[in-house]
Amino acid sequence: MSTTAPEIWVYVPLDETGPARPALDLLAGAHDLARQFAGQAVAVLLGPNASAHAGALGQAGADRVLISEHPGFAAAGADAAADVLGQASEASRPRALLLDATLAGTDIAGRLAVRLGSGVLANASSLAVRDGVLTMEETAFDGTQRITCTSVGDVTQIITVRARAFEGRQFPDQAEVETLPYEPSAGALRVRNVETVREASAAAVPLEAATIIVSGGRGMGGPEAFALLRDLADAVGGAVGASRAAVDAGWVPYAMQVGQTGKQVKPKAYIACGISGAIQHKVGMQNSAAIIAINKDAEAPIFEFADLGIVGDALQIVPQLTAAIRNRT
Amino acid sequence: MNIVVCVKQTPVSTAEKRLDDDLLLDRESVDNAVNTFDEPAIEEGLRLLEAHGGTITFVAMGPDEAADSLRKALAMAGDADARAVLISDDTLRGSDIWSTALVLAAALRRLTPDLIVLGLRSDDAGTGVLAGAIAQHLDLPLLTNAHQVQVEGTTVRTHRRLSDGYIVQESALPVVLGVTDAINTPRYPSLKGIMGAKKKSFTTWDLDDLGIDADQVGLAGARTRVLSAVAPPPRAKGEIVEDKGDAADRILRFLAERKLV
Repeated sequence: MSTTAPEIWVYVPLDETGPARPALDLLAGAHDLARQFAGQAVAVLLGPNASAHAGALGQAGADRVLISEHPGFAAAGADAAADVLGQASEASRPRALLLDATLAGTDIAGRLAVRLGSGVLANASSLAVRDGVLTMEETAFDGTQRITCTSVGDVTQIITVRARAFEGRQFPDQAEVETLPYEPSAGALRVRNVETVREASAAAVPLEAATIIVSGGRGMGGPEAFALLRDLADAVGGAVGASRAAVDAGWVPYAMQVGQTGKQVKPKAYIACGISGAIQHKVGMQNSAAIIAINKDAEAPIFEFADLGIVGDALQIVPQLTAAIRNRT
Repeated sequence: MNIVVCVKQTPVSTAEKRLDDDLLLDRESVDNAVNTFDEPAIEEGLRLLEAHGGTITFVAMGPDEAADSLRKALAMAGDADARAVLISDDTLRGSDIWSTALVLAAALRRLTPDLIVLGLRSDDAGTGVLAGAIAQHLDLPLLTNAHQVQVEGTTVRTHRRLSDGYIVQESALPVVLGVTDAINTPRYPSLKGIMGAKKKSFTTWDLDDLGIDADQVGLAGARTRVLSAVAPPPRAKGEIVEDKGDAADRILRFLAERKLV
């Protein structure tokens, strides 16, 4: 039996636009999981002006919100966040701490795995409660194994969770807000964030939220052809993505990259144009509800897992499809 | 500068991965190679060495066969002052992130590096948390997802890649540095490099060398446990048609059937 507090904590990073969306989805999941052992979901909101955003987290599923506005989070990044989460976890011993499986969440999870001695459960695609502790399911080894694992021992479970594992929703509740006392540990502020440079993002609709994604790869031949994909995406109210090959060639920005090292997406339909479907790309889009592939090469691996495969020239077919959609009445 | 690059040997991406009776990845029945994410880390280590001088050490933890990946790194190093350390011990089989970090950190302490370089994640487990875990063990600053790295004196400055830009980050050496998969184009080893790799220093350490008890590693020391593993049904192969001028209509029908247009 666990001696930890019956609480599931969720790390909620704060950027210029407010609490990060993946963390809000996680809060809804934490709320439902915590109820299974009569526990609470606790948001840990870190960043400048946290107090202004804390109240809204009740509506995202938090029973309590712990905040800190220490300047270190903006100035020193993940090291400082890992430090305050470590201090607070040592003091309160929550049952679990969930972090979204992105850059900062992954860095923090690695530090806490060692600091709290709990190891880490990484890249969960779903979570469940079994005998009062969390188990997670992950899809591993290029999607060939679905693995269920849990933590060993009476510890705070550290779990990183993939985007869209849970759907955020509105709760009627107000959350209690408390300020976390934070005195940075020695060494927690050694990294300095000198400046943040934003590059223009071509994605008018964020890829992660899009119902339909039109994606282009090396087979599009060059950056100009992405205008065709943009037209199609506009016609269906979708977003434009790209394979790593197109990003590495400099045709489109990294913001559009779908794949193992880009975004992992789960739209209702994914239209892959001139994309071979190498494992690096497949990992990022194989959970799409439907996959349509257009490729001149009949042997392209993408035809092994597409629901509808067209052996043909995307440069010809995409404008025809856009026109056909626009002509529908 | 004393640079250490952590290297893992992983099954090649085309290999069919199987789990054994302990629900561990069967590493013997498959072709293995240097983790693809580690090649840019090796390359970045070599470029920094070429720019600043010093020595470079490649460290791997794994079965004896992981020596192949270290030899490849040594071959890439060519004429540089490079050596390799393999941490190999039968008890390490089944180690999770916690114990892997414990072992690597113990080895790194002995090597007293200024800069520890890791790739983004491993091809097989793919957690990406090892850099943070090592930084915590060694009480070092952590700079990850670096898409550009510069060292000036004792200061390292990186561009931490974001989806829509980057953060310029700085810290004083020593640091743990994680690099993106696209930070550089890794070199191919030259024939001379491959021949020379055989003459470079190659050391093997076991747990005794590192002063770690066997109950801290492997399945015995793991802080996480696999409860079950199942192979999900592969995504069914769909309808493949050749475009005869009607492809746009076919796609439109497909989308309309799913009420997406």
